[in-house]
Order: sequence, then structure tokens, then C-alpha cells
Amino acid sequence: MNVNMTAREAILGAVRLALPKPAVALPDEIHFLGKPRISSNVGYKGELPDLEKVAGFPAPEESLVPFFEKQLVAMGGRSFRVGSAMEARAKATELFPEARVWASTVPEVPGNRRVRAGDSPGSFADVDVAVVRSRLGVAEAAAVWLDSEDLVVPSLGVLAQHLIVMIDPSKIVPTLHEAYGGGLSGETNPYGVFMAGPSATGDIEGVIIHGAQGARSLIVLFAEEELR
Amino acid sequence: MSLFRMFGDKPVDPQDAAARFIEDSKHEEAHDRLVWAMRTNRDKAVAALPDWEDLRSVASQIKEHTLTHLDTYLEHFEAAATANGVHVHWARDGAEHNAIVVQIFEERGVKLAIKSKSMLQEECGMSESLTKHGIEARESDLGERIQQLSHERPSHIVVPSIHQLRTDVAELFAKHLGTDPNNSDPHYLAESMRNDARPQFLRAQAGMTGANFAIAETGAIVVCTNEGNADIGATVPPLQVCSIGIEKLIPRQIDLAVMLRMLSRSALGPPMTQYTTHLRKPRPGAELHFILVDNKRSERLGSKEFWHVLKCIRCGACMNTCPVYRRSGGLAYGGTYSGPIGIVLDPAFDPHKYHELPFHSSLCGSCSEVCPVKIDIADQIYKWRREIVSQGELPAVEQAGIGVLGEVLAHPGLFEATETVGLRTLKLLPNAVLANRLNPWTNGRKMPVPAQTTFRQWFEDNRRRDGEDA
Repeated sequence: MNVNMTAREAILGAVRLALPKPAVALPDEIHFLGKPRISSNVGYKGELPDLEKVAGFPAPEESLVPFFEKQLVAMGGRSFRVGSAMEARAKATELFPEARVWASTVPEVPGNRRVRAGDSPGSFADVDVAVVRSRLGVAEAAAVWLDSEDLVVPSLGVLAQHLIVMIDPSKIVPTLHEAYGGGLSGETNPYGVFMAGPSATGDIEGVIIHGAQGARSLIVLFAEEELR
Repeated sequence: MSLFRMFGDKPVDPQDAAARFIEDSKHEEAHDRLVWAMRTNRDKAVAALPDWEDLRSVASQIKEHTLTHLDTYLEHFEAAATANGVHVHWARDGAEHNAIVVQIFEERGVKLAIKSKSMLQEECGMSESLTKHGIEARESDLGERIQQLSHERPSHIVVPSIHQLRTDVAELFAKHLGTDPNNSDPHYLAESMRNDARPQFLRAQAGMTGANFAIAETGAIVVCTNEGNADIGATVPPLQVCSIGIEKLIPRQIDLAVMLRMLSRSALGPPMTQYTTHLRKPRPGAELHFILVDNKRSERLGSKEFWHVLKCIRCGACMNTCPVYRRSGGLAYGGTYSGPIGIVLDPAFDPHKYHELPFHSSLCGSCSEVCPVKIDIADQIYKWRREIVSQGELPAVEQAGIGVLGEVLAHPGLFEATETVGLRTLKLLPNAVLANRLNPWTNGRKMPVPAQTTFRQWFEDNRRRDGEDA
């Protein structure tokens, strides 16, 4: 412990002596720590993200869903819109007819493997399909946010062979600025991840392969919350 | 087939290593094509985002702000992380870092750790150090695992095995995983590694990661991967150890938006990496350790000329755009980091060993143009040349040439005479005289055809009559 304290003091001391001059101001406000704030075209000034110039990006009053869908395809995922719990179940079985072990944290599509806080993380290694609900999506990258609360046991999101993520279209924001400045500003979960499509690698001659380590496929179901 | 092995402590010779890489035209062609494709994808992503230049400016400013207040943000980060229940450690150098990891693992009886890619752990030589203590640190990223099995360094900071062909990987996996040596289908190879890695993930007693960003405001770290391997390491074993360079700090969570919108676009083109992982607290029943590592970063921070390099977010865009990197392969640099960013990072660790690197560049400046945080990489390469020369490390051929050049440029009359003589000589001399063994840059290249006249003669003939001054 003593050695550790010495290293800490030595590093902080060396950094203090080395600080480049003159000091550079933080964009917008310096005294910002702890204060969430929604922002601008680059997150710091103005009103809304200036993204209408991006090909196909929806205008402020338009739905973000079509753009999200397009981006998700580019990231290697697929999406469907479902209007009822029965439709969600039907779509899930249609997509994975061979799946035997289903683990679900959502009421709409019940699984046959229970997911309880405190379950051993490794116990989900044999799960074929996990069904979970995200509370925040980002249209720009077709990313869905999943944290310890949504997944109940975080390993479920990466050990399941396939992943179905339900999301209410109203929970999709245009860019990461709105996500970090808004929905995630009070986030305190131990673990959280933005997933943009399934696991992927290009490490062998740049050939894109899905399912390198995590989910082999990622399906987004647009479904309102409390779907019956 | 491995083209290179690790270099020892003697000075690296990038020209010679590059020559061996180029010798096999299949490797050179594929490397150039694949790396350039990443640059092309980056360009498309950038062109689609009208805010790009604003993002660059803001990102640069966020980083400069953090670095000019780094002591404060480190204290903020430590306090927030500690309040979250994270064990925070500090390490002055690689040896201290490795000792901390060994201690954590030995106290808990860890024999197998599964790690995601970390350039910092690479920099510290961590895996070798753990091996000496009987602890295996298995790489989980496909490219890193390929490199680990090949006993090579990563040749690229984003795609570590990009210099290897699928046939190299097939041969390697046949030896280590028992796969079919004649099947070089990347799908088959990747699937084989997935199946080989899974049981190790479940068996490992610890998961290790680096950090792309550390947020002072929340005490959380963010790790970006495409395979999701960091997530498995972070959610399955009961112990996580994350190594964080002190320059990875950013002040606020909202600053992540700016950084993340640039990182993957700059690296490979997509708007984000497939997985952007946030680790804030230990999971119930698990332990989370952060190691803040200096390893010469504070020294760099104090250098008026070189502190900007600490803004680097490790996207690799400068490597993808570099004509020298694309043709010579990353291993030619012989250091932890390669490409333009390697040229300005490696010599700071060992100016003698890496004194040739700043000359492994055409100074075309493309790296500075694509850098998402506006690091003046090309200028820094030039400044490193000055630094190397002032330390008396100039390569012999440059030393001889530059001495003569200085004399000639200092005397305009002499320059005029030399110019004319030089041009005549160029026309007469065969390529072999200029492209000799002392000048490795001309190997594999043809010299351009010399102009018919000197510029001075051309000006006299074509413009002088217009009444202009020479």
C-alpha cells in the first residue's frame, strides 16, 4: 500500500510540474462536472443536431425508425416492427426455429430458462437466444443500450448465441449527444453497453464475419412498452 | 508463416524489415489494399457528416483542456471510481504495472486471465511478465490471438494481424487448434477460434481490458471493441483488471459523444464500434481494479514540442493513410506502436533503439490531415528528426549528405553551379549509382526521369522576357 501511495504522489507531482501552458478552456463551460446537459450540433452550442445534411437523416419531426433500420443493416443486424406480444413471439420463433434454450427478461416473449440476479454468469453459455428490452437507442449508429438492469445478468448479452432486443420507437434518439446528455445522464449501473449490430471481426484479410465472440446475430424488434 | 520475429534491444532497422516484407509481393499487395480500404471507408463516413471539422476541433479542445488540467481530472477520476467501489492503483512504469497485476492475481490464485486488446498492456510487456509468474494472459480478440500464437507484436493498433494472409492463419491454426491446414476460409477460421476461446472465457479467473476513455465525472471507463470480447471478459469472471494510460481521461460523460462519433469512423468507417462497453462499478460479488499508468506520459506532457501526441485516441487513421506504413507493414517499425503515430511514440520510450523511425516517413502530411484530434503528427516526425540528430543518432547516409547540402545551400553562387552540374550528372548517372546500398529508400523504386533543364534555366527562357525578376 505504501509503494502504491508513493507512485500516486510521484505521478501527480510529475503531472503537476509538466502541465502545458497556457491552459486550454473546456468547450462551452469549464465548471461542468456533474451537470447533465443536452446539446447541439456537436454537443456544445445551438439547438438540435445539425444532421439533416446527412443523406436520408430524418428531419426533426420525422420518425427516426427508418434511418435506424437502414443503419442497423449496415452494422449487420436486422429489425422488424411488431404490434402485439403474440406477434413478437411469432416473429421470434419464426427467426430461430431450431433454438432450444431461450432466456428472456421480457414479459412479451417468455423463455424456458429463467434469468435471476445472482445466477452464475457462466450458466448462460448454453443459451441459444436471449430476449431483452433496451430503454435507449441511437439512430445514427443503430445502437441499443443494454445495462445490468436490462440484462439482469450482464453475461447474458454476450454469451447467448443470438440476441433479440425489443425497443419502443419513442426511446430512439438521433445521436450520441442526446443519449449521453439525456437518457444516460443519471446512469449508475455497474455495466452498460451500446450494441450496434452483432459481434463482428475483420481480422482475417478484412473479411467481415459476424459472431466473432459475442452474439452471432442481433435482431431489433420495434415494440411499444407494455405490449399485450 | 511469420515474416518477422520480435526485435531485441538493438536499434530497429525499418528499411531492412520493410524490404523483407515487400519481398513477398502477395503480402505487400494485400496489406496495401486492405489498409487503404479502411482509409476509403473513413473518407465516406467523414463526407457524410457535415459536422466533421467541428467535431475535430471540439475533440482536440476537450483533450487539450484535459491535458492542461490533468492532475485535477486524475484526482476527480480516482475519487469517483473509489466511491463506486473500484480499487484504484497507480503505476509509474511498466514494471510497477506488471507487479500490481501479479500481486492481484497471486493473492487470488489466478492462473488464467482472458484479456481484450490493450496497447498499454502491450507497452508494459505484461503478458511476458505474467508468464514468468506462471500466469497465462490469453488474448481474446481474434487478431491479437493470431499475433500471440505467432509470437509477434500487433502490426496495427486496430487490426493487429492485418499483415497476415488467410493462408498464414490457416497454417497457424492447423498447428495450434488442429484445424484443416488446407482450409483458409476466414469464416471457418474465425469459427474455430470462437469455439476454442469460449471454454477459456468460462474457465478464466480474471478478465482484463485496457480503456479507450476514462471519465473523470463518473469514474467509469469505456472500452470499444467489435467482437464483444471485452464484454465477455468483463461479465463472466469474478475479477476485472483494467489498465488505463493517464492520458485517457476526459472530463465529462457528454464528452464521450464527441469522441465516440469520431473513433470508429476514423478507424474503419462505421458510425460506432459494434460494442461500446461502460464499466463503472464491480458487479455484485465481483471485484474491479483500475491501474492508472504513467510510463513516461508525464515526461511527454512536459515537452513543449511533443505533448500534443497525448491527445491520441488510438484510431489508426494515420497508419491507414500513410504510404510508407501501407507498403512496409507494421512490424517493420519494431516497436509497440507502428505507422506515423508509432514514429512519434516509440522514440520517446527509447531514442537509441528507435532512432531510425523518424526517417521512415515521406513527411507527406496526410497523417495530420486525417487525425480526428488534430495532432500535428507530420510536424512531430520532423521535430523528432531534429531531436535524433541533436543526440548524434543520425543514420550514416543522411549524415554525409546533409553535411554537404548545408555547405551548398549556404552559398547561393555555389548552389547555382551545383544545380547545373547536378542535373547533368543525374542524366548521365545510371540508376544504380543513386539507388545504391547506402540509400535503402531507392530499393524497389525507379528514380524519376530528370528534368531537361534546371528551374533557373527554364525561368530565364520562359518568364524573364515578361519583365519579372529572377
